[in-house]
Amino acid sequence: MPDYAWPDAEHRTLIGKRITRVDSPVKVSGQAKYTYDVHRPGLLYGKVLRCPHAHAKVVSIDTSAAEKMPGVKAVEIVQKPGANIHWAGDDIVAVAAVDEPTAEDAIRAIRVEYQKLPHLVSDAEPPKGATQEEGPLSMNDIDDMLDNQVPNQQIVSKIQQYGVTEKPNEDKLKAFKSNGANDAVLNALQGATVHPEAGNRPKSNYEKAAAQTVGDPDKAMAEAEVVSEGLYGIPVITHCCLESHGSVSEWTDADHLLTHISTQNVSGIPGQMAEPLQIPASNIRVHQDHIGGGFGSKFSPDRWGIFTAQISKKADGKPVRIMLERDAELEVAGARPSAYARVKVAAKRDGTLVAWQSESWGTGGPGGGGMPPIPYVFSIPNQRKEHTAIRNNIGPARAWRAPNHPQAAVLTICALDDLAAKLNMDPVEFFGKNLDITKPRQDIYREELAIAADLMDWKQKWHPRTQNRSGNITRGVGLSLHTWGGRGHNSDCDLTIQPDGSVDLKLGSQDLGTGTRTCILIVAADTLGLPMDAIHLQIGDTSYPPSGGSGGSTTIGGVSSSTRRAAVDARDALFAKVAPVLGAQPEQLECVNGRVGVKGDSSKSLSWKEACAKLGAMPLTVRGKNPDRTKPPDLTNSGVGGVQMAEVEVDTDTGIVNVKKMVAVQDCGLVVNLKTAESQCYGALIMGISYSLFEEKVMDPTTGRMLNANMQFYRLAGFNDIPELVVHMMTGKGYDERGVIGLGEPPVVSPGAAISNAVANAIGVRVPFLPLTPDRVLAALGQKAGA
Amino acid sequence: MGDDDPNLKHPSDKQDNSGVSRRDFLKISGISVAVPLVAGPKIVMAAGQEVPVYGPGKVPMEFTINGKLHKVSLEPRVTLLDALRDQFELTGAKRVCDRAECGACTVLMENKPVYACSVLAIEAQHKPITTVESLIQAGKLHPVQQAFIENDASQCGFCTPGFVLACKALLDKHPRPTPEDVRRGLSGNLCRCGTYAGIRQAMAQLSQKGA
Repeated sequence: MPDYAWPDAEHRTLIGKRITRVDSPVKVSGQAKYTYDVHRPGLLYGKVLRCPHAHAKVVSIDTSAAEKMPGVKAVEIVQKPGANIHWAGDDIVAVAAVDEPTAEDAIRAIRVEYQKLPHLVSDAEPPKGATQEEGPLSMNDIDDMLDNQVPNQQIVSKIQQYGVTEKPNEDKLKAFKSNGANDAVLNALQGATVHPEAGNRPKSNYEKAAAQTVGDPDKAMAEAEVVSEGLYGIPVITHCCLESHGSVSEWTDADHLLTHISTQNVSGIPGQMAEPLQIPASNIRVHQDHIGGGFGSKFSPDRWGIFTAQISKKADGKPVRIMLERDAELEVAGARPSAYARVKVAAKRDGTLVAWQSESWGTGGPGGGGMPPIPYVFSIPNQRKEHTAIRNNIGPARAWRAPNHPQAAVLTICALDDLAAKLNMDPVEFFGKNLDITKPRQDIYREELAIAADLMDWKQKWHPRTQNRSGNITRGVGLSLHTWGGRGHNSDCDLTIQPDGSVDLKLGSQDLGTGTRTCILIVAADTLGLPMDAIHLQIGDTSYPPSGGSGGSTTIGGVSSSTRRAAVDARDALFAKVAPVLGAQPEQLECVNGRVGVKGDSSKSLSWKEACAKLGAMPLTVRGKNPDRTKPPDLTNSGVGGVQMAEVEVDTDTGIVNVKKMVAVQDCGLVVNLKTAESQCYGALIMGISYSLFEEKVMDPTTGRMLNANMQFYRLAGFNDIPELVVHMMTGKGYDERGVIGLGEPPVVSPGAAISNAVANAIGVRVPFLPLTPDRVLAALGQKAGA
Repeated sequence: MGDDDPNLKHPSDKQDNSGVSRRDFLKISGISVAVPLVAGPKIVMAAGQEVPVYGPGKVPMEFTINGKLHKVSLEPRVTLLDALRDQFELTGAKRVCDRAECGACTVLMENKPVYACSVLAIEAQHKPITTVESLIQAGKLHPVQQAFIENDASQCGFCTPGFVLACKALLDKHPRPTPEDVRRGLSGNLCRCGTYAGIRQAMAQLSQKGA
């Protein structure tokens, strides 16, 4: 059996080193082409008319004036009269024209009449008694779920769990199908239990989404020596990818589509476009060189990706570009669900955690949403938790880097930090004491906590929560812990060695800016003993072997594992050809420094080129796969731990919070490239400062629209907001041998809780909700003064 | 009115070829206009002065971009950014916020950084425009670009060209900027991936060298 295992430290030439990103030169010089930059011959410019109301029915649409305008090539009604619209900014009509100003004029010439319906855009605490148990689903509920792009799998499980209020007829089933229901949904509907009596049930915006009890929380609370209660929360924020969502689509013939799309999921796009376009997925080619940010919001072609293709077809197959405008990007193309909770947590006098109780709520838009994994990291032995999902009209939620974890960290780690304060314990000691209930990662956390405390100079900086301060500037420190899975996804790749020595590597993956290209080349070059620039890597096209979507920190484990297996197989096949020439057995050979030779005998070797010439006339191509049980060992793994600390300075006159320093100590198993791994952590800390201090999707209760759908009032952290940042990657024994584990998500989880805890330490009172804006800080200080 | 209209007068024929300035517009909108029926830029009398009005159709324009002269007919409402990207395929400057908030569209106009999304193309005529594409000279990257690469100052890379030009302009003005100069000088550009740490390191390196 070939030796696929990762080489040990002394046999790695590139893996784990600090390697410069290979696509930096094209990025710094403006040569990198993103979807937004694709300019095809005869390109038409698309624009979208969007619904201005948060909840409405389309009554009529008149596109006649737009269709007559010179330069307008196609008009496509996306949502017909009769359609229910559930959020402001939803697409109604698309046009394609010879240039962008003409397309804008055409949009302005379209008349749409709406019937406004009542909306809810708040995610404030549900009124007492408003929360409704989930029940049988009406046909309207199914329609709404399809409209709201609830995943088919989730719809099936709801149908199976709750049944339906009526049996759908054939026409209804057809309508569901054309609205996006797959066969699983249709089968579930036909086999569902019918509860006709539930048909008249009034529908609440508040739905009980989870209720769970572990151990005996009542007894544990009653017997606890110290109990802390508090209110915590984190609002809806947006993804705000700098490259907005969108695509450039054209028909190369009557039934073949070429689409350039800004996506985290190149290989997965055709399967999602085939049914609505009524062509086989194999007729759809997707290409993407670079993507300007995704953060979890770009896995689907989206409705706009479908109608871009449809309007191109109407315009004789000419290429049509529809990229979302900035306001639409923030309104409709991605939001992270909010989460709030009233938490009661209890411990013994010595700090041992005994009980957790939470009533939480939050919204993921029209779909409601689920409970974040609370209590986070710490498996407190006695728990009672209830979660209410608020269904409202703010637009659909999408996975946002480390889905549900930043919320869980704020709700949990802030509550535990308040308990530590009540116990008058140093949080390092308090969290350290409870690490035994974080298994299986308690040893990792313990090691990381000590390193982080050292890098932060925690002993010097920590003080009991400020009670009486002198002057208006006050400092504090806080910490948080986090975890993530990050096992490698399914990934195939083809590695080809040509008889002239050139090497090709192809896979349908994508590089989100995480350094995927660089890491793939590191693994291939390290394995083949070649310099990285001797390998020609191609990614981002459906004509290459399928590789999973880049979500959940699954890419690095997937692509590194399949690349390693392909490179080992190719190397061994080459050894088999070369061994007789060198008068050795294949297993005696090695390839290092661009040469293939006998281990320990430098007199017997060939240059890479000479060795490849022994392949004969035909190139050698091997397919690498992940996972691949036939080729052990497993090269990827799941489960990481990280600890972060923040130091802040708060001006108690103005309420302004300045982050002064952040420390991230992070594990991700075997690090493939230290340089880009550290960049992931730096980026996550900065993104974390951004959502801790500034970001919030602000909805207007009156109009139901987003008030800050731009980059002036939807504030991202800027250069001036970035403090001293310290990143420490855990490597070596105990880490390397675990295999490659993803890193994109974990370091973005903790900043919210760590910064909130630092502010509480600085000002002596908890600011309940992120972002920690001056008004919220001053309100908390005012409450403390009044209490 | 189309771009093949032979009567179109080229805006550059007049010394002040900046189209309708905001002040001109206020003057025009404040009076009842007697528009003479002539082709080409309409001349309206406003506050006792003749004011040319271009458009709404396409107007021939000339640009000096990266040292080369470009001619094209555009509507007066087209921005410099859209002209660069859609007419000349200079896509290094990115359209992100499209309203002067993020700096992804930064180019140099008369060697000063501007938000190309908020400059009308018609106003950028004959003012030397430098885009990121021109920084490579004889296949060699500019020191700012080299420092970005070494310090891993780009992730997705969408904000990178804007930052590179903002950094170049800052260094042209202050060859040895203090950290405070850098903070202030780069606060007009935003990044979502969080590459500020790498950019800060790159600038520290460059300011030591006195680039």
